[in-house]
Amino acid sequence: MNSIRRNPSLAAGGTLVALLAAIAIFGPLLVRANPDAIDLPHALAGPGARHWLGCDSLGRDMLARIVWGARLSLGVATAVAAISLSIGTLIGGGAALAGGRVDNLVMRAIDVVLAFPGFLLAIALAAILGPGLADLVVALTAMGWTGYARLVRGEILSLREREYVEAARALGARPSRLLIRHLLPGIAGPVAVQATFGVGGIIIAEAALSFLGLGARPPAPTWGNMLEAGQAFILVAPHLTTAPGVAIGLSVLGFNLLGDGLAQLIGRRR
Amino acid sequence: MIRYLARRLLALVPVALGVVTLTFALIHLVPGDPVSAMLGDYAAPADVAQMRHALGLDRPIGQQYIGFLYGLAHGDLGQSISQHEPVARLISERFPATLELTAAGLLAALLIAFPLGLIAGANPGGAGDLGAMGFAILGISVPHLYLGPLLMIVFSLDLGWLPLTGRGGLAHLVLPAITLGTALAAIVARMLRQSLVQVVGADYMRTARSKGLSRRAALIRHGLRNALTPVITLIGLEAGALLTGSIITEMIFSWPGLGRLLITAINNRDYPLVEGCVLTFALSYVIVNLVTDFLYRAADPRIRLE
Repeated sequence: MNSIRRNPSLAAGGTLVALLAAIAIFGPLLVRANPDAIDLPHALAGPGARHWLGCDSLGRDMLARIVWGARLSLGVATAVAAISLSIGTLIGGGAALAGGRVDNLVMRAIDVVLAFPGFLLAIALAAILGPGLADLVVALTAMGWTGYARLVRGEILSLREREYVEAARALGARPSRLLIRHLLPGIAGPVAVQATFGVGGIIIAEAALSFLGLGARPPAPTWGNMLEAGQAFILVAPHLTTAPGVAIGLSVLGFNLLGDGLAQLIGRRR
Repeated sequence: MIRYLARRLLALVPVALGVVTLTFALIHLVPGDPVSAMLGDYAAPADVAQMRHALGLDRPIGQQYIGFLYGLAHGDLGQSISQHEPVARLISERFPATLELTAAGLLAALLIAFPLGLIAGANPGGAGDLGAMGFAILGISVPHLYLGPLLMIVFSLDLGWLPLTGRGGLAHLVLPAITLGTALAAIVARMLRQSLVQVVGADYMRTARSKGLSRRAALIRHGLRNALTPVITLIGLEAGALLTGSIITEMIFSWPGLGRLLITAINNRDYPLVEGCVLTFALSYVIVNLVTDFLYRAADPRIRLE
């Protein structure tokens, strides 16, 4: 109870994210309706006893689509965050450890990518690669890895000067051991904070790409696709946009709160 | 100051060249053949070859790149395939609309953020703080894809106060500007609050109060000015993002700007036009970042320009 009062963001964000994860993992097992089953007589039906969140323009059950969409949208977002983080850590960490000319060259290249607006890069890549889940992941990853590379490089450069790392080096620890035992655990906190905020940003970017018709191919129930499809019926069936809109909003809220809470937690521990 | 500006402009050259090269590489090197995408899978080989030749895609990649740079230096971005007009002309027709929307979005963000941040920062922990910051968290979380249509329903369709879509007078700008600016407003309001809370405890604030200034006067005259630096930094960092955020806003409100031109070009597989739009966005982003960086250094004399 005490810790909740001290860090309400962490508690609220953690609960929300855990809830969303549970929906994404177990939801499809609990909701019996098929998210792709077309049932034209029920097209645009409002929320009711049989269809809790109503039906879309093809009579597909909105609850089932939201729940399956959680799996897709959150899955894509976490995958993109994990891949961006790995690439960024490899490149940023490698640059920091190599130092000198390599470091300089890598950082200049990253500056150029960063000078390019991230969302535009994702749009251009998605447009050229074509619609599809894997291409979507590539486009979104291209947008995000540079941030991690910069962060990891900066953190490692500053950690390297700390006494405990110097002590380990003086004791004869090899670079690989130094990296795994001493440097990576030290940067885990800030990287976790950035990744948590990152997931929220990716969820919005994924929805935006789908909205532009550049995301996962339409029958796929991503929240962005649903928002886009609902747009045409916003006057007659506003529940088609409300459901995915609220789902996206709650997810972003959850990850932002969790990120805030984690940042507070790390800040206090340091 | 002038030497600093000159140095920054000089440093802009390699960055701009990098952005140009990246744009070129995106269109020409990423797998996926624009010609077969344009003509479809069942096009006759002769047609494909002719199209490749017409677009200059049958030349070696190095030659294409040099040609691209040469054209760029002469303000020539090629010919749009779907609209049969020079890409440069199409872009220059649409770009002012995007600039107008972006500027309005920035203004809307500031108009929302400052009252919220001031209310929250002046009385941290109070009801105003809770309300303002709750609103800010909502603002960050609601995707503008959803906020836009929501605003349209309430203010255009139900209340009939504002036009639904399109570009026109000031009234047409209000809803798109709010849609575009809300996320930034939320971030800025939070930063302003945090910055104000820190400033309130400073020695010069105690001096101002002991001099007999009211709380409000001390806050506005002394606190706000000092709390502004991190806020300006943040606005500078985020202003460029407004430019690309406008793409979505333009699609929602049928705003005739560069973003809609880009998406239409993508849907038409009009690669020269896609390339031109991407390049214009990216270079504007670089320039916006340079300008905001410069403004923020000019605003705070403590930041040395060296």
